[in-house]
Amino acid sequence: MINTTDIQTEDIPDHLVAHFTSRTGHNSADLIEGETGAWEIIIGLEVHAQVMSDSKLFSGAPTGFGSKPNTHVSLVDAAMPGMLPVLNEMAIRQAVRTGLGLEAQINLRSIFDRKNYFYPDLPQGYQISQFSDPIVGEGRVSVDMKDGESFEVGVVRIHLEQDAGKSIHDRIPDQTCIDLNRSGVALMEIVSKPDIRSGAEAAAYFSKLRSILRYLGTCDGNLEEGSLRADVNVSVRRPGEDLGIRCEIKNVNSIRFVREAVDYEARRQIEILEEGGKIDQQTRLFDPDRGETRSMRSKEEAHDYRYFPDPDLLPVVIDEAFIAEIKASLPELPDIKAARFVSEFGLSEYDAGVLVAERETAEFFEAVVDAGGTKRDPKIAANWISGDFFRRLNADDLEIVDSPVSGAQLGGLIDLIADGTISGKIAKDVFDEMFDSGKEANAIVEEKGLKQISDAGEISAVIDQIIEGNPEQADQYRQGNTKVAGWFTGQAMKATQGKANPQMVNQLLQEKLGS
Amino acid sequence: MSALTNLTIAQAGAGLSKGEFTARELTDDYLSAMEAARGLNAYIEETPERAQMMADASDARRTAGNAVGALDGIPLAIKDLFCTEGALSTAGSHILDGFRPAYESTVTQNLWDAGAVMLGKANMDEFAMGSANITSYYGPTLNPWKARSGDNAGKDLVPGGSSGGSASAVAARIAAGATGTDTGGSIRQPGAFCGIVGLKPTYGRCSRWGVIAFASSLDQAGPLARTVEDSALMLEGMVSYDPKDSTSVDLPVPNYAAALTGDIRGLRVGVPAEYRIDGTPSEIETLWQQGVHWLRDAGAEIVDISLPHTKYALPAYYIVAPAEASSNLARYDGMRYGLRVDGEDLAETYERTRAEGFGHEVKRRVMIGTYVLSAGYYDAYYLKAQRVRTRIADDFRAAWDSCDVILTPTTPNAAFALGEKQDDPIAMYLNDIFTVPASMAGLPAISLPAGLSGDGLPLGLHLIAPPFGEETLLRAAGVLESAAGFTAQP
Repeated sequence: MINTTDIQTEDIPDHLVAHFTSRTGHNSADLIEGETGAWEIIIGLEVHAQVMSDSKLFSGAPTGFGSKPNTHVSLVDAAMPGMLPVLNEMAIRQAVRTGLGLEAQINLRSIFDRKNYFYPDLPQGYQISQFSDPIVGEGRVSVDMKDGESFEVGVVRIHLEQDAGKSIHDRIPDQTCIDLNRSGVALMEIVSKPDIRSGAEAAAYFSKLRSILRYLGTCDGNLEEGSLRADVNVSVRRPGEDLGIRCEIKNVNSIRFVREAVDYEARRQIEILEEGGKIDQQTRLFDPDRGETRSMRSKEEAHDYRYFPDPDLLPVVIDEAFIAEIKASLPELPDIKAARFVSEFGLSEYDAGVLVAERETAEFFEAVVDAGGTKRDPKIAANWISGDFFRRLNADDLEIVDSPVSGAQLGGLIDLIADGTISGKIAKDVFDEMFDSGKEANAIVEEKGLKQISDAGEISAVIDQIIEGNPEQADQYRQGNTKVAGWFTGQAMKATQGKANPQMVNQLLQEKLGS
Repeated sequence: MSALTNLTIAQAGAGLSKGEFTARELTDDYLSAMEAARGLNAYIEETPERAQMMADASDARRTAGNAVGALDGIPLAIKDLFCTEGALSTAGSHILDGFRPAYESTVTQNLWDAGAVMLGKANMDEFAMGSANITSYYGPTLNPWKARSGDNAGKDLVPGGSSGGSASAVAARIAAGATGTDTGGSIRQPGAFCGIVGLKPTYGRCSRWGVIAFASSLDQAGPLARTVEDSALMLEGMVSYDPKDSTSVDLPVPNYAAALTGDIRGLRVGVPAEYRIDGTPSEIETLWQQGVHWLRDAGAEIVDISLPHTKYALPAYYIVAPAEASSNLARYDGMRYGLRVDGEDLAETYERTRAEGFGHEVKRRVMIGTYVLSAGYYDAYYLKAQRVRTRIADDFRAAWDSCDVILTPTTPNAAFALGEKQDDPIAMYLNDIFTVPASMAGLPAISLPAGLSGDGLPLGLHLIAPPFGEETLLRAAGVLESAAGFTAQP
């Protein structure tokens, strides 16, 4: 008889991942109040990140998303008889790079193992993965919450593994179609310690991890295309007590769903425990439409994966020089960049945090600020980016890298405001015009004659005309009804197509009517 | 004309270069001989048209002065474990029914690049699991030899396995040479049973790309031929560094035939005490002693050595090999190629396909392999077997301090009768007792016919060399071959 307690129910068994939290104490805000007292939620994430690479982990087939089914499949990916895997060195580089980005231990020797199970979208009948000797060991991720709190999540390990193909059940009735385009694509599995205490924290960690991976260029972080997905382990306990029995929610593919899945699952478990029940160790699925998790299989139905070292592959041996070379090419990562934005540009921590969350945004910001030797006002640059710029990107459904207005161009627009060439109000129109046409700000201003009128004589003449044409309003003003001041300003702006310098208009109005 | 099939590869090559006959004539002779010897069931599929085309192409090259080497125009049998483009490649299994790959294994491609001619796909034990060629879905291959006397006199004998079709074909003169694969003895044991030379190179010397996997850490392709020289010529045509096989080794390919100098003066020959096993027939022991004398007479120094973990090799092999096989054979699930037997649902389709597609011995080993890798048993079986394997390799490493090559018998007995040992897997597995240790250590080894049993059946002597010591191995084998003067034919 097989002892069921020995069966490997998780991708990584407890004795290998050191599934104990390094986080002590708890934030009382994260406790959940049940009928019978407070509960603490314990969460760990196994994040699957598709490695950015032109070819698969063990074959030369391309990895592009959205191609016709079964067009990116080599003989190896289809597990034809006699075919052998050959390791893609790029995947090793990317895993090491990721490890360095998470301040993790890089293992100079690692081993690929076979994880054996039958499924039609797994042509070999085994997944090549790393079990006992992963490429990356312990690391950490620092996570900031919106309320300014921050916490650290320990990373247990990162290993490389093959993705499976895709089963399509709804194409032909009573039949399942298999698309092997994904079969053999390289994934990094990033396993966290159970250091997370709420759905919001889990979402923040997932989001931060995504940000770091995108900075590193090791995963594109595309959630819709499945480039990044999380298996979320959730258990609950009374504060201070031993860890409870956990359930694993598979394949959660959005930051919001991570939070919702944790919140639902924690409440479900608490309800069971408070009614005197026991948690059944299960693998569950999150249904975003109904906002609930559902059982996929319980521990008794778990596979025995029969891991053993893949005899087709040699151990992966890397040296310090290889690691040093990758280390030297690491970009400035979000935490360090945010700190620099605070110290160098005097931004608030919040603004800095918003700007660095996406590498492209941070780079755009720096391009806006950089006026070639001198710096533009960082606060104004930050406001423009988080304001009008993001508004237009969202409205046009564009990514920042696809923006028709470059950082330098936006900087040029800010310069025109700063030197009084145009007003801030006109600038918004100019910006939209830039976005539509891709032209430089000064070209648009020139072309459309939008230059601000700052000639006192010219503005004075306009105001005189308005006063003359509206004696009634002028009298009201003189009698102390200052509300009509705005009306006069509006008329002056209208008469100049918005080009009059608003400060000068106000000043001259006061001079002409106030005395 | 039938004399052409009696020529060795070296002789046939000489005849071709002198223009004494054409590759087409040589091939046609083999094709006729194959037809006449179909009773042996040595081939799963004959490929006469392809053979004639390849032979004609060889003749055209030669006429144009572009003959590519010693194998140009030489007709070969290819073990059915090698994937050959467009030709049936079944590993002797029902589960690969009708499988004709769109690709060519590296080893066979190397042979075709060297000008060789494919006669057909040689029969074999299913997925190379067997020592008698009785597990093939295509029926057993027979040994062309018959016992003159004894209990088995006149009976049909097994050719050994798993490369039984290859060995039988070469011995029966229906192939000039053949490819085989050796996982625990699958080239050497049938070589010994059929009275020919079988060579297993160092693990990593031949590419495994396109060779249907049995046990990946042990599988190694090699030649079966009638002489040591022919083995050297074939080996040179088969080996290459192959970036498509991560375990392939990037070393220059020597001129192996040039190693056959006949001079082994000063060569230190180790004789391991642990290969003296109770119950081994005295004629095996006698032949071994004879081999020692031959080598000493040729100027070698004989050294008594100890390989203390030898007795654990066979049990450890029967854990490691099935473990790898259980995983390697998981891809035969009826989904993409080969046999599919539909069931009510997915699980039943898997079950029916694999129940019908695999024979008894394959199922036995898949079950053993699955068991030894299971949670709770892994450490006690698989991990322990791997440790034993390390010890065995260490034994050999230590032995190379005092010797250059090791001499042992190839098998504990001569070819047995069809049906014998069939119901006793352990007795069957014991056939590999002398060949398995070198496999576990990844070492090159060769079996050559050195004498006849009392009943008139061939017996082999077995030489083992250090990693990539194929040249030493061939040189020593050449000396033994000359001394033994084995000329008997089936």
